[in-house]
Amino acid sequence: MKKFYYLLVVVGVVGAGVIGWQVMGTKNVVIPANVVVTAGDTAGFQGYIIGSDTAPVTIVEFADFQCPACEDFDTVQWPEVYDNLVATGKVRWIYKDWPIDGAHRYARLAMHAAACADDQGKFWPMKARLFAHQYQWSFGSGQYGKFREYATQVGVDGGPWDACMQSAKYAGRIQASSEEGARLGVNSTPTFLIAGQLYLGVQGSDQLRHTVDSLIAARPAAEGRPSARKAPARR
Amino acid sequence: MKYRMGTALLSLIGFFVATYLYLYKIGKIPGIACGTGGCETVQASPWATFLGLPVALIGVAGYLGCLVLAMIGLQQGRERRHWSDALLLAGATVGVLFTGWLTYAEAYLIEAWCRWCLGSAAIITLLFLSAALGWRSLRPAA
Repeated sequence: MKKFYYLLVVVGVVGAGVIGWQVMGTKNVVIPANVVVTAGDTAGFQGYIIGSDTAPVTIVEFADFQCPACEDFDTVQWPEVYDNLVATGKVRWIYKDWPIDGAHRYARLAMHAAACADDQGKFWPMKARLFAHQYQWSFGSGQYGKFREYATQVGVDGGPWDACMQSAKYAGRIQASSEEGARLGVNSTPTFLIAGQLYLGVQGSDQLRHTVDSLIAARPAAEGRPSARKAPARR
Repeated sequence: MKYRMGTALLSLIGFFVATYLYLYKIGKIPGIACGTGGCETVQASPWATFLGLPVALIGVAGYLGCLVLAMIGLQQGRERRHWSDALLLAGATVGVLFTGWLTYAEAYLIEAWCRWCLGSAAIITLLFLSAALGWRSLRPAA
Protein backbone atom coordinates (compact mmCIF):
# COMPACT_ATOMS: atom_id res chain seq x y z
CA MET A 1 0.00 0.00 0.00
CA LYS A 2 2.85 2.34 0.88
CA LYS A 3 4.39 1.73 -2.57
CA PHE A 4 1.12 2.68 -4.19
CA TYR A 5 1.01 6.02 -2.36
CA TYR A 6 4.62 6.69 -3.35
CA LEU A 7 3.70 5.98 -6.95
CA LEU A 8 0.69 8.26 -6.70
CA VAL A 9 2.85 11.07 -5.31
CA VAL A 10 5.48 10.58 -8.03
CA VAL A 11 2.83 10.73 -10.78
CA GLY A 12 1.32 13.80 -9.12
CA VAL A 13 4.64 15.61 -8.85
CA VAL A 14 5.67 14.76 -12.43
CA GLY A 15 2.27 15.76 -13.83
CA ALA A 16 2.15 19.02 -11.89
CA GLY A 17 5.74 19.75 -12.90
CA VAL A 18 5.09 19.23 -16.61
CA ILE A 19 1.98 21.39 -16.55
CA GLY A 20 3.71 24.08 -14.47
CA TRP A 21 6.62 24.11 -16.89
CA GLN A 22 4.21 24.50 -19.82
CA VAL A 23 2.40 27.40 -18.15
CA MET A 24 5.52 29.19 -16.92
CA GLY A 25 7.20 28.73 -20.27
CA THR A 26 4.53 30.76 -22.04
CA LYS A 27 6.13 33.13 -24.50
CA ASN A 28 4.82 36.64 -24.25
CA VAL A 29 5.78 38.19 -27.54
CA VAL A 30 4.46 41.56 -28.57
CA ILE A 31 5.20 43.09 -31.94
CA PRO A 32 4.93 46.83 -31.41
CA ALA A 33 3.16 49.13 -33.83
CA ASN A 34 4.25 52.67 -34.63
CA VAL A 35 7.92 51.93 -34.10
CA VAL A 36 10.36 54.39 -35.63
CA VAL A 37 11.47 52.93 -38.94
CA THR A 38 15.18 52.98 -39.61
CA ALA A 39 17.01 52.50 -42.88
CA GLY A 40 18.24 49.16 -41.61
CA ASP A 41 14.69 47.87 -41.27
CA THR A 42 14.15 47.75 -45.00
CA ALA A 43 17.70 47.39 -46.28
CA GLY A 44 17.68 44.83 -49.09
CA PHE A 45 14.00 44.06 -48.61
CA GLN A 46 11.39 45.01 -51.16
CA GLY A 47 8.66 42.67 -49.99
CA TYR A 48 8.18 38.93 -50.31
CA ILE A 49 8.81 38.29 -53.98
CA ILE A 50 7.83 35.32 -56.10
CA GLY A 51 8.05 34.98 -59.87
CA SER A 52 10.48 35.80 -62.61
CA ASP A 53 12.61 38.95 -62.37
CA THR A 54 12.01 39.45 -66.10
CA ALA A 55 8.22 39.13 -65.88
CA PRO A 56 6.55 41.93 -67.89
CA VAL A 57 4.11 42.83 -65.10
CA THR A 58 4.66 43.34 -61.40
CA ILE A 59 1.79 43.11 -58.96
CA VAL A 60 2.16 44.31 -55.40
CA GLU A 61 -0.34 42.93 -52.92
CA PHE A 62 -0.91 44.72 -49.62
CA ALA A 63 -2.58 42.32 -47.21
CA ASP A 64 -3.26 41.51 -43.59
CA PHE A 65 -3.20 37.90 -42.36
CA GLN A 66 -6.20 38.49 -40.12
CA CYS A 67 -8.35 40.06 -42.84
CA PRO A 68 -11.12 37.71 -44.03
CA ALA A 69 -11.11 39.13 -47.57
CA CYS A 70 -7.36 38.50 -47.80
CA GLU A 71 -7.97 34.95 -46.62
CA ASP A 72 -10.63 34.62 -49.30
CA PHE A 73 -8.22 35.81 -51.96
CA ASP A 74 -5.39 33.62 -50.77
CA THR A 75 -7.32 30.39 -50.44
CA VAL A 76 -9.63 30.75 -53.46
CA GLN A 77 -7.92 32.96 -56.03
CA TRP A 78 -4.21 32.74 -55.30
CA PRO A 79 -3.66 29.12 -56.45
CA GLU A 80 -5.07 30.00 -59.88
CA VAL A 81 -3.28 33.34 -59.98
CA TYR A 82 -0.04 31.58 -59.20
CA ASP A 83 -0.53 28.87 -61.81
CA ASN A 84 -1.76 31.17 -64.58
CA LEU A 85 0.26 34.32 -64.02
CA VAL A 86 3.26 33.75 -61.75
CA ALA A 87 4.36 30.27 -62.79
CA THR A 88 3.95 31.20 -66.45
CA GLY A 89 6.39 34.09 -66.09
CA LYS A 90 3.85 36.81 -66.81
CA VAL A 91 3.82 38.31 -63.33
CA ARG A 92 6.33 39.03 -60.61
CA TRP A 93 4.32 39.04 -57.37
CA ILE A 94 5.32 41.10 -54.36
CA TYR A 95 3.51 40.53 -51.09
CA LYS A 96 3.60 43.33 -48.52
CA ASP A 97 2.19 43.64 -45.02
CA TRP A 98 -0.49 46.18 -44.30
CA PRO A 99 -1.77 45.62 -40.76
CA ILE A 100 -5.19 46.91 -39.76
CA ASP A 101 -4.28 47.44 -36.14
CA GLY A 102 -7.61 48.44 -34.65
CA ALA A 103 -9.61 45.52 -35.95
CA HIS A 104 -6.92 42.85 -36.20
CA ARG A 105 -5.06 42.59 -32.92
CA TYR A 106 -2.98 39.58 -33.95
CA ALA A 107 -2.10 40.81 -37.44
CA ARG A 108 1.39 42.07 -36.59
CA LEU A 109 2.21 38.94 -34.62
CA ALA A 110 1.16 36.84 -37.62
CA MET A 111 3.19 39.05 -39.97
CA HIS A 112 6.21 38.70 -37.74
CA ALA A 113 5.68 34.94 -37.56
CA ALA A 114 5.76 34.84 -41.36
CA ALA A 115 8.83 37.11 -41.48
CA CYS A 116 10.66 34.78 -39.11
CA ALA A 117 9.63 31.81 -41.26
CA ASP A 118 11.06 33.73 -44.22
CA ASP A 119 14.44 33.70 -42.46
CA GLN A 120 14.40 29.96 -43.17
CA GLY A 121 13.00 30.31 -46.69
CA LYS A 122 9.47 29.33 -45.66
CA PHE A 123 7.48 32.53 -46.11
CA TRP A 124 5.16 31.24 -48.84
CA PRO A 125 4.10 28.01 -47.14
CA MET A 126 3.76 29.90 -43.85
CA LYS A 127 1.60 32.52 -45.54
CA ALA A 128 -0.63 29.79 -46.95
CA ARG A 129 -0.93 28.15 -43.57
CA LEU A 130 -1.72 31.38 -41.74
CA PHE A 131 -4.52 32.20 -44.15
CA ALA A 132 -5.87 28.66 -44.29
CA HIS A 133 -6.03 28.48 -40.49
CA GLN A 134 -7.19 32.06 -39.94
CA TYR A 135 -10.36 30.79 -38.27
CA GLN A 136 -8.26 29.05 -35.63
CA TRP A 137 -6.18 31.97 -34.46
CA SER A 138 -8.19 35.12 -35.18
CA PHE A 139 -10.09 34.67 -31.94
CA GLY A 140 -9.36 33.17 -28.57
CA SER A 141 -5.87 32.90 -27.23
CA GLY A 142 -2.61 31.03 -27.63
CA GLN A 143 -1.69 32.69 -30.93
CA TYR A 144 2.06 32.36 -30.39
CA GLY A 145 1.80 28.63 -29.90
CA LYS A 146 -0.45 28.23 -32.91
CA PHE A 147 1.91 30.22 -35.13
CA ARG A 148 4.81 28.16 -33.83
CA GLU A 149 2.97 24.98 -34.67
CA TYR A 150 2.20 26.21 -38.20
CA ALA A 151 5.86 27.19 -38.62
CA THR A 152 7.14 23.80 -37.58
CA GLN A 153 4.55 22.12 -39.78
CA VAL A 154 5.95 23.89 -42.84
CA GLY A 155 9.47 22.83 -41.93
CA VAL A 156 10.73 25.77 -39.90
CA ASP A 157 13.22 25.03 -37.12
CA GLY A 158 11.44 26.16 -33.95
CA GLY A 159 14.56 27.28 -32.05
CA PRO A 160 15.76 30.04 -34.40
CA TRP A 161 12.13 30.95 -35.08
CA ASP A 162 11.56 31.47 -31.33
CA ALA A 163 14.66 33.66 -31.10
CA CYS A 164 13.51 35.70 -34.09
CA MET A 165 10.06 36.17 -32.56
CA GLN A 166 11.45 37.14 -29.16
CA SER A 167 13.67 39.77 -30.76
CA ALA A 168 10.73 41.36 -32.64
CA LYS A 169 13.40 42.34 -35.15
CA TYR A 170 10.97 42.75 -38.04
CA ALA A 171 8.62 45.17 -36.24
CA GLY A 172 10.24 48.08 -38.08
CA ARG A 173 9.98 46.37 -41.44
CA ILE A 174 6.28 45.68 -40.94
CA GLN A 175 5.75 49.30 -39.95
CA ALA A 176 7.71 50.47 -43.02
CA SER A 177 5.46 48.37 -45.22
CA SER A 178 2.41 49.82 -43.52
CA GLU A 179 3.65 53.38 -44.06
CA GLU A 180 4.51 52.66 -47.69
CA GLY A 181 0.99 51.39 -48.32
CA ALA A 182 -0.52 54.44 -46.66
CA ARG A 183 1.61 56.74 -48.84
CA LEU A 184 0.36 54.94 -51.94
CA GLY A 185 -3.27 55.34 -50.86
CA VAL A 186 -3.97 51.89 -49.46
CA ASN A 187 -6.82 52.08 -46.96
CA SER A 188 -8.13 48.53 -46.93
CA THR A 189 -6.96 45.01 -47.65
CA PRO A 190 -6.34 43.36 -49.91
CA THR A 191 -5.18 46.11 -52.24
CA PHE A 192 -3.24 45.42 -55.41
CA LEU A 193 -0.87 47.81 -57.13
CA ILE A 194 -0.70 47.00 -60.83
CA ALA A 195 1.12 49.22 -63.29
CA GLY A 196 0.78 52.22 -61.02
CA GLN A 197 -2.89 51.74 -60.34
CA LEU A 198 -4.49 50.58 -57.10
CA TYR A 199 -7.16 47.90 -57.20
CA LEU A 200 -9.07 47.73 -53.94
CA GLY A 201 -10.64 44.54 -52.67
CA VAL A 202 -10.49 40.92 -53.72
CA GLN A 203 -9.64 40.47 -57.38
CA GLY A 204 -10.80 37.36 -59.14
CA SER A 205 -8.17 35.33 -60.93
CA ASP A 206 -9.96 35.92 -64.24
CA GLN A 207 -10.01 39.67 -63.62
CA LEU A 208 -6.31 39.66 -62.85
CA ARG A 209 -5.53 37.57 -65.90
CA HIS A 210 -7.51 39.96 -68.08
CA THR A 211 -5.71 42.96 -66.56
CA VAL A 212 -2.30 41.37 -66.98
CA ASP A 213 -2.96 40.24 -70.54
CA SER A 214 -4.15 43.76 -71.42
CA LEU A 215 -1.00 45.26 -69.96
CA ILE A 216 1.22 42.81 -71.79
CA ALA A 217 -0.60 43.52 -75.05
CA ALA A 218 -0.26 47.28 -74.56
CA ARG A 219 3.39 47.27 -73.58
CA PRO A 220 5.26 49.45 -72.94
CA ALA A 221 2.77 51.01 -70.53
CA ALA A 222 3.56 54.29 -68.84
CA GLU A 223 3.39 54.17 -65.09
CA GLY A 224 1.91 57.20 -63.43
CA ARG A 225 0.86 58.13 -59.94
CA PRO A 226 -1.39 55.45 -58.47
CA SER A 227 -5.10 56.04 -58.60
CA ALA A 228 -7.74 54.01 -56.84
CA ARG A 229 -10.22 51.75 -58.55
CA LYS A 230 -12.79 49.92 -56.50
CA ALA A 231 -13.26 46.30 -57.39
CA PRO A 232 -16.77 44.98 -57.82
CA ALA A 233 -18.04 43.49 -54.61
CA ARG A 234 -17.70 39.72 -54.64
CA ARG A 235 -19.82 38.99 -51.58
CA MET B 1 -7.99 -3.37 -3.70
CA LYS B 2 -5.63 -3.47 -6.69
CA TYR B 3 -8.45 -2.29 -8.96
CA ARG B 4 -9.12 0.68 -6.70
CA MET B 5 -5.41 1.51 -6.88
CA GLY B 6 -5.42 1.22 -10.65
CA THR B 7 -8.52 3.40 -10.88
CA ALA B 8 -6.94 6.05 -8.65
CA LEU B 9 -3.75 6.09 -10.69
CA LEU B 10 -5.61 6.32 -14.00
CA SER B 11 -7.80 9.10 -12.60
CA LEU B 12 -4.72 11.11 -11.64
CA ILE B 13 -3.12 10.67 -15.07
CA GLY B 14 -6.41 11.56 -16.77
CA PHE B 15 -6.72 14.60 -14.54
CA PHE B 16 -3.38 15.94 -15.80
CA VAL B 17 -4.24 15.24 -19.44
CA ALA B 18 -7.57 17.04 -19.09
CA THR B 19 -5.92 19.91 -17.19
CA TYR B 20 -3.36 20.31 -19.98
CA LEU B 21 -6.14 20.47 -22.58
CA TYR B 22 -8.15 22.92 -20.47
CA LEU B 23 -5.19 25.23 -19.88
CA TYR B 24 -4.56 25.26 -23.61
CA LYS B 25 -8.22 25.99 -24.25
CA ILE B 26 -8.18 29.07 -21.99
CA GLY B 27 -4.85 30.27 -23.36
CA LYS B 28 -2.63 29.57 -20.36
CA ILE B 29 -0.51 27.24 -22.47
CA PRO B 30 0.56 28.80 -25.77
CA GLY B 31 0.71 25.74 -27.95
CA ILE B 32 -0.44 22.19 -27.76
CA ALA B 33 2.13 19.49 -28.44
CA CYS B 34 0.13 17.66 -31.04
CA GLY B 35 2.24 17.43 -34.17
CA THR B 36 -0.63 17.07 -36.61
CA GLY B 37 -2.61 20.30 -36.16
CA GLY B 38 -5.61 18.12 -35.37
CA CYS B 39 -5.65 19.21 -31.73
CA GLU B 40 -6.08 22.85 -32.83
CA THR B 41 -8.94 21.87 -35.09
CA VAL B 42 -10.68 19.78 -32.46
CA GLN B 43 -10.23 22.40 -29.74
CA ALA B 44 -11.59 25.13 -32.02
CA SER B 45 -14.62 23.06 -33.02
CA PRO B 46 -18.12 23.41 -31.50
CA TRP B 47 -17.70 19.90 -30.04
CA ALA B 48 -15.03 21.21 -27.67
CA THR B 49 -17.84 22.81 -25.67
CA PHE B 50 -20.75 21.01 -24.00
CA LEU B 51 -23.64 22.84 -22.31
CA GLY B 52 -21.56 26.02 -22.37
CA LEU B 53 -18.61 24.40 -20.63
CA PRO B 54 -15.29 23.43 -22.22
CA VAL B 55 -15.24 19.64 -22.59
CA ALA B 56 -11.72 19.64 -21.14
CA LEU B 57 -13.03 21.29 -17.96
CA ILE B 58 -15.70 18.59 -17.68
CA GLY B 59 -12.85 16.09 -18.00
CA VAL B 60 -10.88 17.79 -15.22
CA ALA B 61 -13.90 17.63 -12.89
CA GLY B 62 -14.72 14.06 -13.91
CA TYR B 63 -11.25 12.69 -13.36
CA LEU B 64 -10.93 14.57 -10.07
CA GLY B 65 -14.24 13.07 -8.94
CA CYS B 66 -13.06 9.58 -9.90
CA LEU B 67 -9.81 10.13 -8.00
CA VAL B 68 -11.64 11.21 -4.86
CA LEU B 69 -14.04 8.25 -5.06
CA ALA B 70 -11.20 5.78 -5.64
CA MET B 71 -9.32 7.20 -2.65
CA ILE B 72 -12.44 6.91 -0.48
CA GLY B 73 -12.75 3.28 -1.60
CA LEU B 74 -9.11 2.65 -0.74
CA GLN B 75 -9.67 3.92 2.80
CA GLN B 76 -12.28 1.22 3.44
CA GLY B 77 -9.67 -1.49 3.67
CA ARG B 78 -12.32 -4.18 3.20
CA GLU B 79 -13.05 -6.34 0.20
CA ARG B 80 -16.67 -5.29 0.23
CA ARG B 81 -18.50 -2.95 -2.07
CA HIS B 82 -18.84 0.59 -0.82
CA TRP B 83 -21.07 3.37 -2.06
CA SER B 84 -17.96 5.05 -3.49
CA ASP B 85 -17.36 2.01 -5.71
CA ALA B 86 -20.89 2.26 -7.09
CA LEU B 87 -20.54 5.97 -7.76
CA LEU B 88 -17.15 5.42 -9.36
CA LEU B 89 -18.52 2.78 -11.70
CA ALA B 90 -21.48 5.00 -12.59
CA GLY B 91 -19.18 7.98 -13.23
CA ALA B 92 -16.77 5.92 -15.32
CA THR B 93 -19.69 4.58 -17.37
CA VAL B 94 -20.93 8.09 -18.10
CA GLY B 95 -17.36 9.14 -18.88
CA VAL B 96 -16.70 6.31 -21.31
CA LEU B 97 -20.01 6.92 -23.12
CA PHE B 98 -19.34 10.66 -23.34
CA THR B 99 -15.83 9.98 -24.64
CA GLY B 100 -17.24 7.54 -27.17
CA TRP B 101 -19.45 10.30 -28.53
CA LEU B 102 -16.52 12.73 -28.66
CA THR B 103 -14.37 10.21 -30.49
CA TYR B 104 -17.19 9.68 -32.98
CA ALA B 105 -17.35 13.47 -33.43
CA GLU B 106 -13.61 13.58 -34.11
CA ALA B 107 -13.87 10.83 -36.71
CA TYR B 108 -17.01 11.84 -38.59
CA LEU B 109 -18.00 15.41 -37.70
CA ILE B 110 -14.74 17.29 -37.16
CA GLU B 111 -12.67 14.91 -39.28
CA ALA B 112 -9.54 15.60 -37.27
CA TRP B 113 -7.76 13.65 -34.57
CA CYS B 114 -6.45 15.11 -31.35
CA ARG B 115 -3.85 12.78 -29.85
CA TRP B 116 -4.41 14.12 -26.34
CA CYS B 117 -8.14 13.48 -26.66
CA LEU B 118 -7.42 9.96 -27.87
CA GLY B 119 -5.08 9.54 -24.90
CA SER B 120 -7.86 10.64 -22.59
CA ALA B 121 -10.25 8.24 -24.34
CA ALA B 122 -7.83 5.38 -23.69
CA ILE B 123 -7.47 6.40 -20.04
CA ILE B 124 -11.22 6.61 -19.38
CA THR B 125 -11.72 3.24 -21.11
CA LEU B 126 -9.09 1.61 -18.90
CA LEU B 127 -10.54 3.41 -15.89
CA PHE B 128 -14.00 2.06 -16.70
CA LEU B 129 -12.63 -1.48 -17.08
CA SER B 130 -10.74 -1.15 -13.81
CA ALA B 131 -13.83 0.14 -11.99
CA ALA B 132 -16.01 -2.61 -13.49
CA LEU B 133 -13.56 -5.40 -12.67
CA GLY B 134 -13.11 -3.93 -9.20
CA TRP B 135 -16.88 -3.96 -8.67
CA ARG B 136 -17.03 -7.60 -9.77
CA SER B 137 -14.18 -8.61 -7.51
CA LEU B 138 -15.74 -7.08 -4.38
CA ARG B 139 -18.28 -8.86 -2.24
CA PRO B 140 -21.67 -7.20 -1.81
CA ALA B 141 -21.92 -4.78 1.08
CA ALA B 142 -22.98 -6.43 4.31
